[in-house]
Amino acid sequence: MTGVKRTRRGLVVSFDDVEASLLRHLVGEVRALLADGLPAGAAPADAELAALTGMDDGPLGPNGHASGLDDVSAPEEPVDPALARLLPDAYRDDAAAAGEFRRLTEASLRRDKVSAADRMLAALPADGPGEVRLDPETVESWLSTINDVRLALGTRLEVTEEMPEPDPDDPDAPAYVVYLWLTELQGVLVEAAE
Amino acid sequence: MAPGQTLPGTETGTETGTETHQVAAAAVPWVTLVWNDPINLMSYVTHVFQKLFGYDREKATKLMLDVHRRGRAVVSTGSREQMEHDVSRLHAYGLWATLQKQ
Repeated sequence: MTGVKRTRRGLVVSFDDVEASLLRHLVGEVRALLADGLPAGAAPADAELAALTGMDDGPLGPNGHASGLDDVSAPEEPVDPALARLLPDAYRDDAAAAGEFRRLTEASLRRDKVSAADRMLAALPADGPGEVRLDPETVESWLSTINDVRLALGTRLEVTEEMPEPDPDDPDAPAYVVYLWLTELQGVLVEAAE
Repeated sequence: MAPGQTLPGTETGTETGTETHQVAAAAVPWVTLVWNDPINLMSYVTHVFQKLFGYDREKATKLMLDVHRRGRAVVSTGSREQMEHDVSRLHAYGLWATLQKQ
């Protein structure tokens, strides 16, 4: 299990080789899910570049949003349940207001989540085991990214609050084990961040 | 952090006079709701309430338990613009949030 310890200069998270590559894979998948549909150039494909430049929320004004959303079609809740969970409607009983809010903000929300995923990918050990030191701001960023992965995976697995562990023969069993591992990692990080 | 720090950067309303804007906002208050979901951890939700709204641990925990037991809770109140800002920040953290008229 991934270890988290508190030091005077922030949290230190240590991964074994399997955990680091698993996390890299999962974060990369959710990143791709969120980046799909963003205007070209708004989502830097190079994780290290993103880490160096930080969040890209400069050039896109209202016009940028509008042109960017042209190729995402109408601003409705995504059909994919996992993506819909990551980008939920802001208004529950007002489709017009929900659509307008989405038109104005969805690209920005996607960009922020992609940017956070890129920063995490850049910080994770490249190969094999390793330690990562996290300052408080980075801890918040990691928490939201790990949570995005849990939301996507948990939605796909249709988890419920009182879900029994799946039978070992269930085709979803391996994914559920991964989900539980992410849940444990998230819990440990939240606790350490307090 | 103090509760007063809740709403940074949301002063830009449509009204030109701040006083007029505050009166209008108070007359028709909006609320931000957070809805229960089976994925977000209770400890994480409490953490996010503390981080975003500056609530102390006790208040954040009470709100989290309201979400968990009653299915939803009002986590902030204010103008429509302020609530849209709060909903955006909650969505960035992955919480299931909406806004509506009170």
